[in-house]
Amino acid sequence: MAGGAASGGKAQTDTYKEARTLLLLPSWLVLGFFVLIPVFMMLIYSFLTKEFRGGVIWEFSLAAYDQFFFDRGLFGDDAPSIEWTYINIFWRSIWQAGAATIFALLIGFPTAYFIATRPPNSRQMWVFLVTIPYWVNLLIRTVSMKFLLRDQGPLNDFLMGIGIVDSPIHIINTDFAVQLGLFYSYLPFMVLPIYAAVERYNFSLSEAAADLYASKWQTLRRVLLPAVKPGVIAGCILVFVPSLGSFLAPDLLGGAKNFMIGSLIEEQFKGNAGNWPFGAAASMILLSLVLIVLMLSARQQNKGEGV
Amino acid sequence: MAIVEDRNIIAVDVQNAVKRYGSFTALKTISLSIKDNEFFTLLGPSGCGKTTLLRIIGGFEELSEGAISLFGDEIAKLPPNKRPINTVFQNYALFPHMTIEENVMFGVEMRGGSKAEARQRASEMLDLVQLTQFASRKPSQLSGGQQQRVALARALAPEPKVLLLDEPLSALDLKLRQAMRYELKEIQRKAGITFIFVTHDQEEALTMSDRIAVMSSGELQQLGTAREIYESPHNTFVADFIGETNLLEVSVDALSGGSATCHLGGGHELICDEVKGVGVGAKVHLSIRPERLTLSDTPMEGASLSGVVRDNIYIGTDIQTIVDLNEGPQMVIRTSNSDRGNKRIFEPRSPVFVNMEKGAARLLAD
Ligand SMILES: Nc1ncnc2c1ncn2[C@@H]1O[C@H](COP(=O)(O)OP(=O)(O)OP(=O)(O)O)[C@@H](O)[C@H]1O
Ligand SMILES: [Mg+2]
Repeated sequence: MAGGAASGGKAQTDTYKEARTLLLLPSWLVLGFFVLIPVFMMLIYSFLTKEFRGGVIWEFSLAAYDQFFFDRGLFGDDAPSIEWTYINIFWRSIWQAGAATIFALLIGFPTAYFIATRPPNSRQMWVFLVTIPYWVNLLIRTVSMKFLLRDQGPLNDFLMGIGIVDSPIHIINTDFAVQLGLFYSYLPFMVLPIYAAVERYNFSLSEAAADLYASKWQTLRRVLLPAVKPGVIAGCILVFVPSLGSFLAPDLLGGAKNFMIGSLIEEQFKGNAGNWPFGAAASMILLSLVLIVLMLSARQQNKGEGV
Repeated sequence: MAIVEDRNIIAVDVQNAVKRYGSFTALKTISLSIKDNEFFTLLGPSGCGKTTLLRIIGGFEELSEGAISLFGDEIAKLPPNKRPINTVFQNYALFPHMTIEENVMFGVEMRGGSKAEARQRASEMLDLVQLTQFASRKPSQLSGGQQQRVALARALAPEPKVLLLDEPLSALDLKLRQAMRYELKEIQRKAGITFIFVTHDQEEALTMSDRIAVMSSGELQQLGTAREIYESPHNTFVADFIGETNLLEVSVDALSGGSATCHLGGGHELICDEVKGVGVGAKVHLSIRPERLTLSDTPMEGASLSGVVRDNIYIGTDIQTIVDLNEGPQMVIRTSNSDRGNKRIFEPRSPVFVNMEKGAARLLAD
């Protein structure tokens, strides 16, 4: 794309640049107003002092970050040691989001492949079918999931009905339930970019691989996957990032002990019990994590296309 | 060489192959035997089923009916990766994320060769197609002709027994295409394997092939050497499709001693060799190549048909003269420019005689 503009000669390039600046202006304004300014506010809040009934006192303080990383005892006067509570919550969030992403990839990739290999006129319909559940509000979907997975819910009734298990299996309030919830919340974000990539894939490459003695598995691993990698990476990011900060699924499906970052942050801003600077600090730490993930994947992508 | 070559080993044997797509029949009972070491060409107009037949041999398409064997072994049920056959695809289908070298190594590795072996083989093949200096580039950084040669090197690297080529030269410009014809032929000779080459370009087919199968609408029309097909076409389709020809409607007046006397209308008569299946009274076609005809202003011995020059068309190597036979059909005569010194060019509207060497006219059964 850049090549096309660059090859157009200098005068033309300048014209393009001007047009681009103008055309991008609305997006920049919206982005600035609704993303950059709030993020900047969060950054400032995270360095302020907390007010007890919620809100902040405009006084610089590192207390929020200190609370996140260090344990100074009940009265704050012990020698500081590492505070594991929040790091563990973060760690568990990463693990939960990662597991959900892997589930979404394992189910989403074959789904996307299936849709992309249907006759062109029926693909639209398949894509539509995939997105149908997502016309329903996320909260309602998650609550229904809770109902579905209950010990006395339809899933367990069914499993006992066909005699696979004698007593209900406990799914609700486990890590797995949260992963399932996250997976289900964000599955289309995995399917759609992979579908777009596979649809653009030139299937004669698979024929060429088979012609050159590659098995189905080797063709997948050495030819198809590298070709659709950008779509796979995009899908993984689109599932992983919102899963990481999600609070609905962990709250509703994970129970009290399966706290995730999203819930932690949410708590800080809810009602009077909250701690705004601490919530802001946790958000900033989460944001840094996400940015690192994005940067790593961007580097990976560049390396793949590198010449 | 001391090795005695058996010219009659059959590499690919297709028996009564039928291919249907729903209610449409793309191949209608095709049988052909392709010999080992042969440069075999499938020639025919667009949509006649060349690619379909090639894909069946490669294993990308299943036969609806019939059998196919490779050096005597039935292969109809083998998937492509189990057939010792490689393909140069029409669109090359080079792996875009791999370098040229990795592309060429791929087949050798997949066939069980070590990395070192594959690298060795790739360097030999890139040498053969003269692309060694591009080994570390990506396919998108090569020209069309270079990509085509990579596709060839990649297909040759795993040492297939049969190489399939689907219009590999069609994307190239004329000059490169002509150069590649000789290169391909040379590579086939050096590698000593069977090439099955698909084209709709009759000149390409004539210059490169040991044998040619002419196809049209899913049927085999004629199978033979370039010379047989050009000089003794079996039917109207082949005569018309290969090269240029005067296709005249005639009726057969008499048969005697292997010769047939044919009537062209307007009192013009021609004598040509008898052909099986054409009896007295038959209304059939006759094919005469324009370059086998000569012009003169007085009648010559043998067949000599009177007419009037309508036009001369200059086409580089030749001059094409269009003659209206008196009360008869139109004919095209080609006069080579190389020996024009000996020949007269007749101006339009001058009366001439069209002369034919014996055996130049060929009766067509259908
Ligand atoms: N998958 C398919 N489904 C239905 N019809 C098909 C299919 N593939 C090919 N055909 C039909 O079979 C016929 C033969 O096709 P094929 O591709 O073999 O032609 P071809 O001789 O290679 O032509 P070209 O020179 O244009 O490549 C065509 O009429 C085509 O429309
Ligand atoms: Mg074709």
